[in-house]
Amino acid sequence: MEKSGLNLKATELRLGLPGSESPERGSDKNGNAAVILSLKSFVGSGAKRVFCDATDADAKWVFSVSEAAAGRLFSPRGGGSSNNNNNNHGKVHVGSDSGLGGPVLEDGNGACVAAQSPKPVMMVQDKKSHEIAPSKAQVVGWPPIRSYRKNTMSSQSSKNDDDSEAKLGLGCLYVKVSMDGAPYLRKVDLKTYSSYIDLSSALEKMFSCFTIVSGQCSSHNVPSRDGLSESRLMDLLHGSEYVLTYEDKDGDWMLVGDVPWEMFTDSCRRLRIMKSSDAIGLAPRAMEKCKNRN
Amino acid sequence: MSYSSLPEDVLEHVFSFVQSDKDRNVISLVCKSWYEIERWCRRRIFVGNCYAVSPRMAIRRFPEVRSVELKGKPHFADFNLVPEGWGGYVYPWIRAMAGGYPWLEELKLKRMVVTDESLELIAKSLKNFKVLVLSSCEGFSTHGLAAIAADCKNLKELDLWESDVEDPSGNWLSKFPDTCTSLVSLNIACLGSEVSFSALERLVVRCPNLRTLRLNRAVPLEKLAHLLRQAPQLVELGTGTYSADLRPDIFSNLAGAFSGCKELKSLSGFWDVVPAYLPAVYSVCSGLTTLNLSYATIQSPDLIKLVSQCPKLQCLWVLDYIEDSGLEALAATCKDLRELRVFPSEPFGDEPNVSLTEQGLVLVSEGCPKLESVLYFCRRMSNDALVTIAKNRPSMIRFRLCIIDPQTPDYLTLEPLDVGFGAIVQHCKDLRRLSLSGLLTDRVFEYIGTYAKKLEMLSVAFAGESDLGLHHVLSGCDSLRKLEIMDCPFGDKALLANAAKLETMRSLWMSSCSVSFEACKLLGQKMPRLNVEVIDESGPPDSRPELPVKKLYIYRTVTGRRIDMPGFVWNVGEDSALRLS
Repeated sequence: MEKSGLNLKATELRLGLPGSESPERGSDKNGNAAVILSLKSFVGSGAKRVFCDATDADAKWVFSVSEAAAGRLFSPRGGGSSNNNNNNHGKVHVGSDSGLGGPVLEDGNGACVAAQSPKPVMMVQDKKSHEIAPSKAQVVGWPPIRSYRKNTMSSQSSKNDDDSEAKLGLGCLYVKVSMDGAPYLRKVDLKTYSSYIDLSSALEKMFSCFTIVSGQCSSHNVPSRDGLSESRLMDLLHGSEYVLTYEDKDGDWMLVGDVPWEMFTDSCRRLRIMKSSDAIGLAPRAMEKCKNRN
Repeated sequence: MSYSSLPEDVLEHVFSFVQSDKDRNVISLVCKSWYEIERWCRRRIFVGNCYAVSPRMAIRRFPEVRSVELKGKPHFADFNLVPEGWGGYVYPWIRAMAGGYPWLEELKLKRMVVTDESLELIAKSLKNFKVLVLSSCEGFSTHGLAAIAADCKNLKELDLWESDVEDPSGNWLSKFPDTCTSLVSLNIACLGSEVSFSALERLVVRCPNLRTLRLNRAVPLEKLAHLLRQAPQLVELGTGTYSADLRPDIFSNLAGAFSGCKELKSLSGFWDVVPAYLPAVYSVCSGLTTLNLSYATIQSPDLIKLVSQCPKLQCLWVLDYIEDSGLEALAATCKDLRELRVFPSEPFGDEPNVSLTEQGLVLVSEGCPKLESVLYFCRRMSNDALVTIAKNRPSMIRFRLCIIDPQTPDYLTLEPLDVGFGAIVQHCKDLRRLSLSGLLTDRVFEYIGTYAKKLEMLSVAFAGESDLGLHHVLSGCDSLRKLEIMDCPFGDKALLANAAKLETMRSLWMSSCSVSFEACKLLGQKMPRLNVEVIDESGPPDSRPELPVKKLYIYRTVTGRRIDMPGFVWNVGEDSALRLS
């Protein structure tokens, strides 16, 4: 992993926007550097209108992760090549680009979810206008099982099963995702992602939807770059870096990315995209907890 | 002497014997004076879609109501198809009822967003409040519950059935004052964190009328015996976690406690179950009418042992670990069985993990003459099996079959399952609810439209071939109230041709179908008493009119468009071009 002194930027996890030039592209070439994922930045104030303004494509979110964990974030399966990632974020066909052969599937919240497994997908007969084939694990709403049931079952350990690998296979873990300043929560199924990168990219799309939707909610509010005053623009650019945090089983808030992905999905109860200024206190505690675990 | 000359109070007395909403509604249509008398003495109202009517209108028409039941989100919200923030807020109702129904006693909510503020308002304003049922609700925390506990002096029932509760502390239970002795029913099974056991125990001890107690998982098995001994009068019990170290003293204590509960009719809970502790409940099995083992990961042999001791069982909810062999035992023992629900233990696996097939259901349909309600998840089905089930049980009222892989054909013939479901609707003339699955063409909908005259709710996924399918249902099902469809090739024609039908129904949900935005607009314009709502999180649907609408929810209403729509819901009506934000 590339470390130039305390070049924190090299360890930052940022999603690249479609077509955006990420100035940190250089560190991508070192395959083990944290993949750069830039996200839009928001000035969170809770008002819909704020999201209208925050469509400046140069603005970035930054999910900061600890240096130690950055290496682990780059999972070969989920991440693909770094070029691949940068070219394809924000587009619909995340699934097919990951080489897994699965179709694009949309989860109920409008975010795009990669078909997780290379299992053969059942093609739907007679579906004239459908572009989406139901891969059984991934179609939102099917099979019709309530999230309460899914979450309860997946958190039970099967004491009867001799096979220690077998967990109750509901294969689904919905957690709430809130974002400071966003008007609505979302729920994501952690089991549909295979890595932190997957998750970050899905979250970006999910919460950038608020921008798009609000931006068009009344046509005269559609922002244009020219329309933004310079001070507004500066606010956006300087304003907020956001970090992704999660509440674990013990009720502690941790930075996402500190632990291996599987451990994270096991212990994550909810997610929160918070302003990094609020998250400062988390880092030391997270590191300590991490040390205690290892 | 004509009926219309009977004095009002006599009429009112007569009406008081009529409880059903339908009948009450009919009474109110007889003449103006009956309408007036009836509306003053109606004591309970059920609003199946909280957006169909405004609280103000409801209160104005029925001023003396004591019990209100409301439902919010569409049913498919259970399966994550409705984004957060969609709506279903109860607060406006509570605010209205705080003033309009100060003597309200009961509030039952399903799929609604309830805030702590709402709960606090109930606690503060409704002095005679007795019953709170929050079924699949969300948006509140134990702080709100604390307010209810502290201030509702006559609370009889608090039921949080499968609600999503923010659970910062378990201490809310201690807010029940020592003077509270009125509890009859307490269901906290959905709460995640620990409640104070001593507070719970004290509550149980001082409420002699407690009949229903559903504990949450955090209550350890070792303490269950203690609670049971304090409340041997319990009729319905939900255990906490059903696992403990294997110790004879714990077992005998538990078994002893259960044997003291002579009134127990219903058991649930059984999380993390250790099979060795199951025999502790054997002493109550002979009286059990309801058994909910749907979270219990017990294998078939243990299930058989259990179920074989419950001859009076009327309702069984279980995981597919029961397998065909367990269902065979069920069919042999439980001749009083009315309702069976079999849930999947591993719905996302590729291969079946248990030996549960269509045979199990066939056996139960043969052996249980009173079977009328079925929810069955399985991986294969045949037309033959469905025809057999239909012929065995013409009294079926609810039939929900979920073959896990979409569009699975008859495994014997590889044909669609049209004929099988056709037999169900043909033989089961009183069928009110039906959920379809497997490979299905338009033919099944033709059968449904032709025969399912009493059908009130139909759920469809991955079925049909053309608009004709939808047309059959909308034009043929005379009693249809709720229709929910996902991933079917149904488009504009059937919808527009049957626009008037939609006003006779509560609601229609269509997602991932082929309905165009233009058609939605047309429908919205033609039908002012429908709200045609398009849900689209990626932007206004008219910006990409060539694409089918992602999610569509249409419902009848007398209040026009709702004012609490989030940014991703568009009401497509007369002025659909300008959506008010």
